[in-house]
Amino acid sequence: MWPLLGIAVVVAGFAARLNPLLVIAAAAAATCWAAGLSPHAMIAGFGHAFAESRLVSIAFLALPVIGLLERYGLQERARTLIARLKGATAGRLLLAYFLLRQLAAATGVSFGGQVQMVRPLLAPMAEGAAEAQVGELTPAQRFRLRAHAAAAENIGVFFGEDIFIAIGSILLIKAYLESNHILVEPFALSVWAIPTALLAALIHGTRLLLIDRRLRREKKSSAPKPDSRAP
Amino acid sequence: MITLEHIYILSGAFLAFYAVLSARDRTNPKRFGNAAFWGLLAASFLFGSHLSDFANGLVAIALIAAGGLGLMHKGAAATTSEAARRESAQAHGNWLFAPVLIVPLVALAGTLFLKNSGLADPKQATLVFLGLGTVIALGICYAWLRPPFLAPLEEGRRLIDTIGWTAVLPQMLASLGAVFALGGVGGAVGTLATHYLPLGTPFAAVVFYSLGMAALTAVMGNAFAAFPVMTAGIGLPLIVHRFGGDPVAMSAIGMLSGFCGTLTTPMAANFNLVPAALLELPDRNAVIKAQLPTALLLLAANTGLMAALVYRF
Repeated sequence: MWPLLGIAVVVAGFAARLNPLLVIAAAAAATCWAAGLSPHAMIAGFGHAFAESRLVSIAFLALPVIGLLERYGLQERARTLIARLKGATAGRLLLAYFLLRQLAAATGVSFGGQVQMVRPLLAPMAEGAAEAQVGELTPAQRFRLRAHAAAAENIGVFFGEDIFIAIGSILLIKAYLESNHILVEPFALSVWAIPTALLAALIHGTRLLLIDRRLRREKKSSAPKPDSRAP
Repeated sequence: MITLEHIYILSGAFLAFYAVLSARDRTNPKRFGNAAFWGLLAASFLFGSHLSDFANGLVAIALIAAGGLGLMHKGAAATTSEAARRESAQAHGNWLFAPVLIVPLVALAGTLFLKNSGLADPKQATLVFLGLGTVIALGICYAWLRPPFLAPLEEGRRLIDTIGWTAVLPQMLASLGAVFALGGVGGAVGTLATHYLPLGTPFAAVVFYSLGMAALTAVMGNAFAAFPVMTAGIGLPLIVHRFGGDPVAMSAIGMLSGFCGTLTTPMAANFNLVPAALLELPDRNAVIKAQLPTALLLLAANTGLMAALVYRF
């Protein structure tokens, strides 16, 4: 059971809110010590995977474009545009994005992303819509809307993409089952992702619409109360 | 032909500029820490494919030291004031959205129509066209907005400094996953599960498979890493072989239980921690907290779905 030491280090380190980079280094070292690997083999294994996984960082490539447009008022424009739309609320906007994102992922369309869509457009639009609804936002409300914008992106992709047949997870399942002598067509796997996708749309969609209700309730409770001492 | 390697070199060039601009930023008390960090990451992108595994490992360790030991501080990149931005937003109108949309449109159109044209490596077409889209959008911005030459790089540095060392966490966690695999963590989890869990009924096997996928994904940060472990440990021997469940429904729905786990864990840094940093949220777990109720409800529903479907087909 000693190889599990690394997992224990990760759980303890994150729970203690230590710097995640140091937790990762400690967990890697603990795993190698427990498995009897040499430090050289560990550093080489770690380095190989680090270079191989550079493609997860490619999203940062768009930062100069996004930053430059922010310099010229992109976020401000996004807020104005959404505030002018009649009937646009933060919850409805997030719901529309979430469903669109799920649909796009299900059809294999690469659209969206935390860097490309959420920071420059979706988050400021959600804030703009909420401001049009209830006026000035508190920092806590602002942060909550931003977190929900990021969450809508994640949940939309996760529970849409498996309906598309050429996605990594479907191909991984197919390859794994084949190595265990179970032959399966990608299409047969992807249809089983549809019920969960519908449940995700139902559950998360409901929660997104509740955002508006909470904003209204918070406005009501923070509004100045009529003076009860008056005759 | 444009390959992933060219896109890495472009990323590396941007990062190298961030390093140089950081070093020149005298307002930042830790400017050389930032310069070292972005410089090391630039080196990894520019030369990583030619360095030995061991040398890449040393670069990763140096990044951990620079980011983990508090050697970095957010710089003050040259940008515009809020008033100037409002004025510019008024002047440029909705055209400001066009360059943002060009990037995904080029990626989409390129993947759909030019995948086998010989312009891009067909295996990595989407990523290559994403890179091309960025270059095209940047060119259009230069021609239209006529910013100072260094402005996109200064603005890029402003955003990457907002993310800080969190930017390398996804790569670091992927590497930790590789070390876990080398150390035999998967096998140990499987042994543990089959020895100590009460898996005697078809229903219990489904419940532990589904919840196990979520829990192991939360620990490893990645459903792809959890899937072979749980499927070899519980899925195939019990649900499929002993109780006669359908392997296709089980695998497809089980993977989605894993995705519920991804929504709950700081180990999935690129989905959960990087956006929190990018959106300048003071609580680094704020995105996880927004996702948690959906993740738990959906996990319960998904487990029920698997129990209802897997023994029926």
